[in-house]
Amino acid sequence: MPWSLLGRRLLWALPTLFGVLVVVFVLLRVAPGDPVAMMIGPGATADDIRALRAVYGLDRSLSAQFGVYLGQAVHGDFGRSITQKQDVSSLVAARLPLTLELSALALLIACVLGVGTAMAAVGWRGAPAERGVDAATGFVTAIPDFLWGLAGILFLGVLLPVLPVFGLLDSDIRFDSRSGFVLGESLVRGRFDVFGSALLHLAWPALSLALPLAAMIARVLKASLLEVLAEDYILIARVKGFGPWHVLWREALRNALGPALTLAGVQFTFLIGGTVLIEKLFGLPGLGNMAIDAVINRDLPLIQGIVLTFALLFIGVNIGVDAINLRLNPRLRG
Amino acid sequence: MRQRIDGRVAFGAAVLALVLLCAVFAGVVAPHDPLEQDLMAASLPPAWGAEGDRTHLFGTDSLGRDILSRLVWGARPAMIVAFAGATLAGCIGTLLGLWAGFFGGWVDASISRLVDIWMSFPAVLLAIVLVAVIGTGLTSVVLAIAIIDWTRFCRVVRAETQVQAGRDYVTSARTLGQTRTHVLWREVLPNVLPLLLTLFTLEMGIAVVVEAILSFVGLSVSSDSPTWGGLVQEGRLYVNQTPWLLGLPVAAIALTVLACNALGDGLRESLDPLQRPLP
Amino acid sequence: MTLPNECLRIDGLHLALRASRGHPARLVLRGVDLSVAAGEVHALVGESGAGKSMVGRAVLGFVPPAMECVAGSVRFLGKDWSRLDQAERRVHLGRDVALIPQDPLTALNPGHTVGSQVADVLRLHLGHSRAQAQARTLELLDAVRIRAPATVARQYPHELSGGMRQRVLIAIAFACKPRLIVADEPTTALDVTVQREVLRLLRDLQRDEGAAVLFITHNLGLVAQLADRVSVIHAGRIVEHGSVREIVESPRTDYTRALFAATPRYDRPAEALRSIDEAVTDALNAEAAAYDEAWWRARARAPTASAAVEQGHR
Repeated sequence: MPWSLLGRRLLWALPTLFGVLVVVFVLLRVAPGDPVAMMIGPGATADDIRALRAVYGLDRSLSAQFGVYLGQAVHGDFGRSITQKQDVSSLVAARLPLTLELSALALLIACVLGVGTAMAAVGWRGAPAERGVDAATGFVTAIPDFLWGLAGILFLGVLLPVLPVFGLLDSDIRFDSRSGFVLGESLVRGRFDVFGSALLHLAWPALSLALPLAAMIARVLKASLLEVLAEDYILIARVKGFGPWHVLWREALRNALGPALTLAGVQFTFLIGGTVLIEKLFGLPGLGNMAIDAVINRDLPLIQGIVLTFALLFIGVNIGVDAINLRLNPRLRG
Repeated sequence: MRQRIDGRVAFGAAVLALVLLCAVFAGVVAPHDPLEQDLMAASLPPAWGAEGDRTHLFGTDSLGRDILSRLVWGARPAMIVAFAGATLAGCIGTLLGLWAGFFGGWVDASISRLVDIWMSFPAVLLAIVLVAVIGTGLTSVVLAIAIIDWTRFCRVVRAETQVQAGRDYVTSARTLGQTRTHVLWREVLPNVLPLLLTLFTLEMGIAVVVEAILSFVGLSVSSDSPTWGGLVQEGRLYVNQTPWLLGLPVAAIALTVLACNALGDGLRESLDPLQRPLP
Repeated sequence: MTLPNECLRIDGLHLALRASRGHPARLVLRGVDLSVAAGEVHALVGESGAGKSMVGRAVLGFVPPAMECVAGSVRFLGKDWSRLDQAERRVHLGRDVALIPQDPLTALNPGHTVGSQVADVLRLHLGHSRAQAQARTLELLDAVRIRAPATVARQYPHELSGGMRQRVLIAIAFACKPRLIVADEPTTALDVTVQREVLRLLRDLQRDEGAAVLFITHNLGLVAQLADRVSVIHAGRIVEHGSVREIVESPRTDYTRALFAATPRYDRPAEALRSIDEAVTDALNAEAAAYDEAWWRARARAPTASAAVEQGHR
C-alpha cells in the first residue's frame, strides 16, 4: 500500500521537528545578548530585569525551559513575543498567508516557465536555439534570488519604472483582509483593484524567487525528456499514429517528470527559505520579514515559532513531493 | 594529449583572478582611499554619465567616497569569505560524507538524520541566527557559511563515496588486508577529489552571496571597511537618486558568482566524464 | 505495377547510412525486392545485422535519422509509401499497418494502464467513445487469450509477465483490423514455452482477420510453422525467395542451405552444431561489396544512372 510510504515519512518528521526545536532552543539561549535587557528601557534596576526574566521563564535551567515550552506547545501555546507583546501563534497566523501566497505564486511561475522552456528546448533540438536555451538556463540558475530581486528593483523599479517595488498594495487602496490571503480573498470578494495591485507588487518578488528554480527545472526536465523520448514505447506510440504533440505531452512528459520533481521539491524548500530575504527586500509583510527583525531583536519565542513553522512547511513540501511521485510513477506503488 | 581549454573555465578563472588581484593588491589597484569622504563631490554618476568625472570612474556615493575604490576593497572580504568559508564547509562536509558513505550502518543513519534536520532550516534564517549568536565580523561569517552549507558537501560526497566503495579497487584493497580507514583515505578520497573541486568553486559563489546578504541585513563586518553587501545596502537606500550605487556592487557580485559557477561547470566536464548530476 | 492481390510491394529499396565525419555513406539495404500478398504470412529471414529490421522500419516509415532511403519504393495500399510525408502516413499508421515489436518490456508505456494503451489507438483511428473503446478493449484482450481481461486492463505493464505483455501488444496491433502487420522478431524476447503459444495466437488471429504479416525473424524453426512465403536476406540483399515448401524442401542457394543446416534441430539432437560455412558468406559479402562499388559509381556519375544498375540487378 503506497500510503504506508507516506505514513512512514510523517513518522520520520516528528524526530526531525524535535531536533529542529532543540537546536534552535539551545542556540538562542547560549547566545550573548540578553533579550530582556534589550527590551527594558534605561534606568531599569537589576530587580526589574530579574522580574521580567522570571516572566519569560528565562531564569530557569535550559531543560526546564524546554520542558515548559514543549508542554505549552502541545496545547497550541507557543509563548508571547518579547518585542511585539502578542501571542506568537497569532503573529505567525497573521503573517504566514502572505508568505504562502508568495511561495505558491513563485512555484506556479517556476513550473510554467520551467516546463515550457524544457519542452521548447526539446522541440528545438539540434537547432542553435537549443544552445541559446541551454546558455540562458545556465546563466539564470547561477544567479540567486536575492540578486534577481535587486536587479528587478534597479531595472524595473527605478530605471524603467514598470513595477512597484515596495510594499504589498498601493498606498491609496484600503483592504481589510480577514484571512490574510490577500490574493485569494480579493478575488473571492470581487475586489479586483486590490487583486491587481497586490499581483503587481508580488510580481517581481515572485519572479525573483521563481527564476533560479525555473531554470533548474528546465535543465533537468530537458535531459529527462530526451532520455524518455529515446525509449521504445515512444516509437510504438508514433507507430500507432499519434502526432508529435500527443507523444510529448501524453506519453513522454509523465515519465520524464519524476527526477525533475524530486529536485524541484528540494529546491522549493530553498525557495520558501528565500522568502525571508525577498520579503525584507521588497517590504512585504510576511513571515520572513518578521523573522529577520525577530532575530536581530533576540525575540526568542517568536524566532522559535517561526523556525518551527518553516520546518513544518518543509516537511509538508517533502511529503507532497513524495505523494505526487507516487501518482506519476506506478512502479513505486508496487 | 592536448585538451582545448573549456571557454567556461577560461572565463571563470579570468574573472576570479581579477577579483583576487583586487583583493590582494587593493591598495595598489584602487585609485582612491575608500574611506575618504569628499562632500563636494558627492553622488557623482559614473564617468560615462552626464555629469561624470574622470577621476571617479564609477562615481561617488552620498558621502563623496569613490565607488570604484570601495568596490575594489570590497573584493577582499568577499574573497576571504569565499575561500575560507568554502574550505571550512568542504572539510566538515567531506569528512562526514566520507564517513557516512563508507561505513554505512548507524553512522550513515545518524549523519543523514542530522543533514535532514539541518536542511529543515531556511538557510538565510539559520545564517542570521548564527551570526546573531556568534557575533558580527568576518570570522563569524566564515563560520556561518561553514555551519550552514556543509550539508551540500556531505550529501554529494556521501553519494559518491557509496558509489566508489562498491568499486572493485576498494574490494581488492580490502582483500589485501588494508584497514577500512586506510582504504578510505588512500583509495576512495583521491577519486572523490574532482567532484570536490567543482563543489568548492560552487560554494565560493554561494559564500560571496551569503556575505552580501549578511551585510545587507547589517550583520557582517563593521560598516567602516567596505563590503559588497554593505554597498548593496547603501545602494538600496538611495536607489532612486543614485541607482548606480546599487547596480555596480550587484554587478560585481553577479559577475563573481557567474565566474565561480562557470569554473565549476567547466571543471566538472573536464574532470568527470560521467557527469553525475549534483543535487 | 501492383498485382491486384498484393498488399505490400518493395521495389529496389536502397537504404544508406548517411556520410559523417571520416565515414563515407554506406549501403545498408542493397536493392531489396519483396512482395506480400493480402492475407499472407511472409517471413523475412536472416542473421543479425542482415538488415531485416531495417526493412520493417522502412515499411513503417520510421527509418532512424542516421539513415536515409536513397532509391527504390515501398508501395502499400496503392500509394508510394516512401514518398508520403509524416502527416499523411500518420493517417494509416496504426490503422492499416501496425507493428508487433520485439521487446515487450520496453514497448509499453510504464505510466499508463495496459487497457488505456489499447483503447487510445481505438479512439484515435476509429473514433470510439470512451465506453465503446473500453468494451472493445476487453474483447481484444479476450481474443489474445488473456484470462480476466477486465482486471488486466486496469493493470500497469510492470505488473504483467513478458508473455502477457506481448499479447497486449498483439491486441494493440490487431485493434483497428489492419491490412498489414509488421512483426519484428515478436517472440525473441520470450521464454521458449511462451513462444509457441504466442506464435499460435498470432497465426490464428492472422487467419481470422485476414491480415498480411511481414514476419521478421532469425529463427528458421518458426518459419516452417508459420509462414506461407519466405525471403532470405543477407547483407541487405534478398538472396532467395519462394513459398515455404520450396525453401524448406529444396533451397536453391548455398546460403539458404547453410542456414538450414546451421539451425539446431530438436528431433536430431545428436547432430553436431554447424556454423554457416565461411566460404558461403565470404562469397556473398564479396558480391555485396562489388554491388556497392558499382552502385555508388553509377550514382556519382548521374543519379538516374543508378536506375540502370537496379534494372540489371533485377
